[in-house]
Amino acid sequence: MKSLGSSVYSDLDEGRFPSLTFASRSVRNIVYDRKLQQFVLGPTTVKRSSGNIKHIRPFTQLLWLAFFAKKLVDEKRTSTLRDVFYSAQAFDVEFVDQAESDELITDLEVVMQMAREGMNIYPEERSAIFGNLTIEYTVPGYEGKKADLSANPDGVMIGPALTTAEFSDTDAEMVLAIEKGGLFTRFVEERVHKKYKALLINTAGQPPRSTRFLLRRLNQELGLPVGILCDADPWGAHIAMVCKSGSANAAHLRELTTPDAVWLGVWASDIVKYKLPSDKLTEIDIKRLYELKADPRYTDRMWHNELDTFLKIKKKSEQEAFARYGLSYIVEKYLPEKLELLKGK
Amino acid sequence: MSNKTAFAEISPSEFFYRNRDLAGFTNPARALYMAVRELAENSMDAAELAGTPPDVYVRIIPDGANPELPDPRPYRLTVIDNGPGVAPQHVPSAFGKVFYGSKYVLRQSRGMFGLGGTMAILYGQITTNRPVTVTTSPDGRRKYSFQMMIDIGENRPTVLRRFVSDADGTTGTRVDLTLEGDYLRASQKITDYFKQTALVASYANLTFVDPNGQVTFYERATTSMPPAPKETLPHPYGIDVEAFKRIIKFSEEHDMKSFMVTHFHRVGDKIAVKFLEFAGVSPRLPPKRLNNNQVVSVVDALQRFPDFLQPDATVLSPVGEEILLAGVNKELQPEFSTVVTRPPSSYSGFPFLVEVAIAYGGKVLQPGMRLFRFANRIPLLYDESSDVSFEVLNEQVDWRRYHVPPDAPVGVITHICSTRIPYKTVGKEYIADRPEIEREIKNAAREALRRLGIFLSRKGSMEAVQRKINIYGKYLPLIAKFSTELAGEKKPPKYRKLLGNDDVGPAAANQREEGTENGRSDTEEQLSVNADPSPDGTGIEIEQKKIDEYGGS
Repeated sequence: MKSLGSSVYSDLDEGRFPSLTFASRSVRNIVYDRKLQQFVLGPTTVKRSSGNIKHIRPFTQLLWLAFFAKKLVDEKRTSTLRDVFYSAQAFDVEFVDQAESDELITDLEVVMQMAREGMNIYPEERSAIFGNLTIEYTVPGYEGKKADLSANPDGVMIGPALTTAEFSDTDAEMVLAIEKGGLFTRFVEERVHKKYKALLINTAGQPPRSTRFLLRRLNQELGLPVGILCDADPWGAHIAMVCKSGSANAAHLRELTTPDAVWLGVWASDIVKYKLPSDKLTEIDIKRLYELKADPRYTDRMWHNELDTFLKIKKKSEQEAFARYGLSYIVEKYLPEKLELLKGK
Repeated sequence: MSNKTAFAEISPSEFFYRNRDLAGFTNPARALYMAVRELAENSMDAAELAGTPPDVYVRIIPDGANPELPDPRPYRLTVIDNGPGVAPQHVPSAFGKVFYGSKYVLRQSRGMFGLGGTMAILYGQITTNRPVTVTTSPDGRRKYSFQMMIDIGENRPTVLRRFVSDADGTTGTRVDLTLEGDYLRASQKITDYFKQTALVASYANLTFVDPNGQVTFYERATTSMPPAPKETLPHPYGIDVEAFKRIIKFSEEHDMKSFMVTHFHRVGDKIAVKFLEFAGVSPRLPPKRLNNNQVVSVVDALQRFPDFLQPDATVLSPVGEEILLAGVNKELQPEFSTVVTRPPSSYSGFPFLVEVAIAYGGKVLQPGMRLFRFANRIPLLYDESSDVSFEVLNEQVDWRRYHVPPDAPVGVITHICSTRIPYKTVGKEYIADRPEIEREIKNAAREALRRLGIFLSRKGSMEAVQRKINIYGKYLPLIAKFSTELAGEKKPPKYRKLLGNDDVGPAAANQREEGTENGRSDTEEQLSVNADPSPDGTGIEIEQKKIDEYGGS
């Protein structure tokens, strides 16, 4: 960030309009990298120049963001995306809405080639983790402090402190990421963390980047297999896929994917196999299925077959649908069968 | 039934009494407006002909004991001017007889059909059966008053009373008449009439007192007046059989050659001889000896003869750029105004000339085009959409070519002056679409719009430069500040030279080219593609939606 500042400074000092050149995030420049199994940015670059009347405002805002982030890091403080949006107003570089500030934060990530979390900027947290894992905080003021993640049955919020903590002790043998809070709570109550030695993560829908980052760390640093359980619909399937292969929005970032993660369910074929109560697919669902079929991340045969099954049966089910066989059925019967898939991972 | 049919000749007064709709006295509202207009125009014409800047006072008050009477009801209309007055011996005929006065010469004036005020007086008489009072002072020393009524059957004034008194040293004429009117419905038109008259006759003082006692005063913006129009002989192309016969009747010439030269516009000895040969009439024939068939064939030949000279336009009196601009700027207070005066032209032997003014912006004009039509300085307020100017400006001129947006606050003033305006009706409200007039309006409007377009584009680029300076003035210091902090420098960079007025415009402009091609626009394109379900099937947009649904990532 210092060198960014210096180059702008010297441009100004020598009477030039400073400019920045970085990879374009245009759709046409987002390509799928089979080796990395994720989207990456292609070779096209954009130039943002302060000499351009249309660019000068976003250019100033980008520079302010860098300035703001540097201060955060220097002072060892963190901030949320929402905070950033409001903080801008104090510096006379206000954003129209948070979408605009989020957009520029992403630009800054591209310029710095660093995730915003590295610059101490985090989203509002909503994911939680529960299980036999003891962590040791590294954030200022908490250095060396330990926390047992099985102490609170509601789970512990996955925020900046937890994401950056050291893993100090665990007996877990796997990680289960669950799309919804309801099933997460059921798993805690049914003591899944004891029965299957699992760390439970509530992704609360599409997992935030910090949660994806944590999943990856658990997988890479502790060698734990990661299984993902979501609703049986195209949206649920895509949650599993984003955990595994990342999103186009984060094509400029690495280390947010867990390529070895396994989609445990609920699959389209499970709806048939377990005779689950179901709803009809909507038009949007069906359109989405066709989009996913064309998506390079979905080339694997097993994923493709499931998408086809959805289109064939034209039905979807929620995780909660297993409740028709009693509350503990999903843990007693369904889960053991699915966990076979994690063997050897 | 009698087997004897009586063909009774009716007088012009009677004709107009029976057909008052023709002259625009259709209903009490319209009639009140027409009466105000006719009398005010007579007053303006009178003052202008004498070369005096007009001072016209118009007052309408409820007549009778009960001022609360609902409309339509009798009103007393008073019009006072500072014109040269009328010689007392001519007063009864001038105000009490339809078609009085010589129309064998042509002059550009407001009144055309010789009806003017007399029609208003006639209307007042038939609706209230009350006499009109005309007071005039031609010398400023004595005032002559006539109280009179019109004998409709005989087309003759009947003077009831006349008296003489001392004048206050100024010349002028005052008309007091009682008529049935509907002020409630006429007030808008009357107000518009004065406003628009002030627009085009910016050298006149106009005072209007309405029935509620409210006074509106339009002060003159200039004392310079357009030169008084000259009288002219009729052009041969504009003569019909009736007019020809009338000229023969009063002519004192003894042969056709001198008859042609004396009574027609731009006809000299040579052309007269050539024409009479063309018409097959001996130059020595006494005019009064022409029989009916010969008259018809001569008039027919007048229309067909190719060698008459074009009418001389010096008889026309346009308002002129200075006076018209003064009026436009006073009444519309625009940001920009311009006047285009076309060279004189002619249709059917009548010379005419078109003036077009365009006003833009300011306090008075509202978004959209507003048309103000004038003919011989008379505002035309009715039937706008039937008028030739409306047709030209709405259908034939492509405003986009001049980069004038459709909702721009624009006022267009069209003024046609001619020795005979081709009104479509006696009511004098809209002008027929003669191709010659249409062409002149179109050319004038285009030139005026061209000037407006240049003004707008200059204004636009000046605003853009100012905007640019403002934006750079705001953001460059911020960039300097943030980069100083980021780089850990102590002093801010010397960025001020980038802000120098000389530098910003061109420097910024040069950089813009480059920037628009690969800069922000790329990101914008990305956003717009994202907003659309992805065509290549990657479904980025829906993924984004799902993220949003769950509260952002």
